Amino acid sequence: MEYRLKTPLGEEVRELNAGDIVYLTGTVVTMRDAGHRRAAELFARGEGLPVDLRGLALYHAGPVVRKTAEGWEVVVIGPTTSTRMEIYEAEVIERTGLRMIIGKGGMGARTAEACKRHGAVYAVYPGGAAALQAEQIVRVHGVHWLDLGVPDAMWVLEVKELGPLTVVIDSKGRNLYEEMYREARRRIEEIIYPKLGIK
Amino acid sequence: MKDLLREATVRLIEAAATSLPKDVEDALLRAYEVEEAPAAKSFLKAMIDNVRIARQKRLPICQDTGAVLFYVKVGDRFPHIWALSQALKEATVEATRRVPLRPNTIDVFTGKNPGDNTGRNMPWIEWEIEEGDDAEVSVMLKGGGSEIVGRAKTLLPAEGIKGIMKYVIEAVYEAGPQPCPPVIVGVGIGPTVSVAMKLASKSLLRPVGQRHEEPEVARLEQALLEAINEMGYGAHGMGGKVTAFDVHVEHAARHPASLSVAVVLSCWATRRATMRVRANGEVQYLSHPELNGG
Repeated sequence: MEYRLKTPLGEEVRELNAGDIVYLTGTVVTMRDAGHRRAAELFARGEGLPVDLRGLALYHAGPVVRKTAEGWEVVVIGPTTSTRMEIYEAEVIERTGLRMIIGKGGMGARTAEACKRHGAVYAVYPGGAAALQAEQIVRVHGVHWLDLGVPDAMWVLEVKELGPLTVVIDSKGRNLYEEMYREARRRIEEIIYPKLGIK
Repeated sequence: MKDLLREATVRLIEAAATSLPKDVEDALLRAYEVEEAPAAKSFLKAMIDNVRIARQKRLPICQDTGAVLFYVKVGDRFPHIWALSQALKEATVEATRRVPLRPNTIDVFTGKNPGDNTGRNMPWIEWEIEEGDDAEVSVMLKGGGSEIVGRAKTLLPAEGIKGIMKYVIEAVYEAGPQPCPPVIVGVGIGPTVSVAMKLASKSLLRPVGQRHEEPEVARLEQALLEAINEMGYGAHGMGGKVTAFDVHVEHAARHPASLSVAVVLSCWATRRATMRVRANGEVQYLSHPELNGG
């Protein structure tokens, strides 16, 4: 199924199934390696993030930007590999009430569990297709944590029909990539290794 | 001379960042042809559209403009070695501003990002000496996502070529969709992990579809390519027949006690460009001929 969704997202996210395609309009906020580390430190001190993520999408991305007279312009942007954020993400979902995570490369069991509990999904955008996606960014609303450097700063972006996003982890417990790994393992053991004479 | 070399190198970096080399783009188009799964096909379509938009608008193909790596083959009679070495560094700073590239260098200990893609030992430059008057400069913008799944190990010699094959297949299996497949798989084999890793990284410069000159190595490359594509990951793990565009194997004679192997993956957007510099400063772009005479 294909969906066109708008932020703020709510309980409708629970209807999404792994494999669905989504085009998202509204506000997305970027956070990657150093941003997640900082978020964890803030949570540990009982503090919140500079942006209220409730109902929004968190985007694992570090853009190429250009400074303009009015502020900032995104030159190109695309997802970074999400697996690095796995150790932090369950807590981020729980503390913020975000409803969608956008990235690439997949996430693990703890994130999947938090998605199930809090009605969120993890979706992927084709990595590397950054010039195409730049056309879907309407404007930069603001930036926080620039001291972390441009890639790791928290960028607040207004997007229009951001996609195609494929839902990989839904809030019903399905994880497409886990299924993909299982099938590849089966093929390696049953087809590939016997053919090559590898034990 | 340094200024001329710097300008030529900025153009080289810009070409690498914004215009996919022909062999990689052809592989991408072929993948779209053979793929049948609708999800993989729609992702491949987005990737192909992206390559065209990037080239037309001179935008980076991917927002991760990578770590800037130079591979230089310098002739023994090339007279501007020092100027060239300085020009490569200055061009990196200049290209970061002009293309623009994403500032991607972070000091390991202070965590500071100087904002210009330089830092201790960066840009990385590997020099190789050959006989002649010219220098051949290749730049590779190596993305981070495909680098986090690279690995190396010293196997027991008794594990042999089958042990190598298993190591490579398991590396690609575990990498899954993380390195942005379809990938190019670089494999290095040699006496130490450092030699194996250097060979694996450098093998990514070889064009897609070009087999190793030794028939036995060429057969190994083909067998690994077929095995990897049997896994079924497809583009970005959407499921499909093309998980790798190619496998390149390079080797050095091993030590009696060791059989080291390294695997380096490069994402579908493998960005590299090569130019030849003559002693008089004349530049010819080998990978992006459209830049010549302009």
